[in-house]
Amino acid sequence: MGGRDTDIVLLDENGIRCDGRKVNETRKVTIKAGVLKNANGSAYIEFGDNKILVGVYGPRDVHPKHMSDTDTGILRCRYHMAPFSVGERKNPAPSRREVEISKVIKEALEPAVMLKEFPRTAVDVFMEVLQADGGTRCAALTGASVALADAGIPMRDLVAGCAAGKAADAVILDVNNEEDQAGQADLPIGYMPNLKKITLLQLDGVLTPEEYKQCIEIGIDGCNQVYEIQKKALQDKFFASGEKQ
Amino acid sequence: MSGERKRHVIPGEVITSGPYRAEQNTIQVGDKIVSTIVGLSDVYDGSVRVIPLTGGYVPKDDDLVIGKIVSHSSLSWTADINSCYVGMLPASDVFGRDYSSSSDDMTSKLAKGDLIAARIVNADMTRDPLITISGRELGKIDSGELVKISPNKVPRLIGKRGSMIQMIESSTNSQVTIGQNGLLVVSSEDPNGLLKAIQAIELIEEQAHVANLTDQVNEMLESKSE
Repeated sequence: MGGRDTDIVLLDENGIRCDGRKVNETRKVTIKAGVLKNANGSAYIEFGDNKILVGVYGPRDVHPKHMSDTDTGILRCRYHMAPFSVGERKNPAPSRREVEISKVIKEALEPAVMLKEFPRTAVDVFMEVLQADGGTRCAALTGASVALADAGIPMRDLVAGCAAGKAADAVILDVNNEEDQAGQADLPIGYMPNLKKITLLQLDGVLTPEEYKQCIEIGIDGCNQVYEIQKKALQDKFFASGEKQ
Repeated sequence: MSGERKRHVIPGEVITSGPYRAEQNTIQVGDKIVSTIVGLSDVYDGSVRVIPLTGGYVPKDDDLVIGKIVSHSSLSWTADINSCYVGMLPASDVFGRDYSSSSDDMTSKLAKGDLIAARIVNADMTRDPLITISGRELGKIDSGELVKISPNKVPRLIGKRGSMIQMIESSTNSQVTIGQNGLLVVSSEDPNGLLKAIQAIELIEEQAHVANLTDQVNEMLESKSE
């Protein structure tokens, strides 16, 4: 981690943030679907300076066997940060934080995927963070849902992720690393845009009820913006080369 | 027939709303019909379906599949059918009802690595799909070239009422056994015909999204034959 830099100006008098964004602006997001040959589905996402590669395998046999469920397929997620993804080398062994993020992403994707159609199988999602700059859980979630769609796993909706938060007493959209470290609150949201349902909601920090409502509002707005990019990534992969029939 | 034009859809996208039946790869949310997969929407006769563009093979009853024997127990063989489930071929299907595990040698009929053309008897997902090799055009495959394509492109390879595959077969003088699971066996007396048929299949796999593919394939088949 970069350490706390108290001198940094998170929000200047013109309402411009430390990386030049306005308070209600997301970072630049680019997604590419189908980047890995050996995976059934894959996606590469750049969320500002976050770079994450996602591979999806399955539905396939469950190993170990005792994990399998005769009623439904199961979803397994692994969020992992590469040793070179942060300033100081990160130990590649799964940390407490990575186990937590794997769990919350799994639970954020579960309402969307329809694995009842594949009993006794597993769908594995591997998210590899190549470069981290705050908000990786939202970025990984966003990428994972594109990769799942690319793999042809039936889904009720895509899941888009975007964080809202509070820094320098202002409610901001898409918290970056500096704002996460020195800011007052971080509220990651996972959202299904067509079903209008929240699948991931965490809060780190303190918000008043009014600020919380505001955060949810702009967070969902951010998710809708991210959704448009997810949509485009899938369209580019599958429909770019001309109309069929 | 399609009432509306086919549209490209992604999971979560609303295809239509109103009194339609939600079929293959769609769900009903309120009064809207929503796609669950990346594909082409098809609205016909009051029902809506999505033709998938990605995803693996899901066994369906009565599908013809091509499988490879991976192992056997004393009562059945298991075959890899290019799906997340393996096909179960009971020994009694091959030896008849008086099969006895002590007197009949299963490897004498089908050994590990053998290819079979099989039909799916029962694919209810509660257990591995049951397959059979008794029937016309079914059984062990002794000769031919195995070609693998994406299972989603099989309908394109067959074409409308089999037009595409018939064209390939007649112009290259070959026989193609198409498994719905994306495995094909091409056989021909003429090595050039065999090669050409495989090339045509690969072209279809690559260019599956292109309109009037039949003309393109026809052109390719004719140009090489001179």
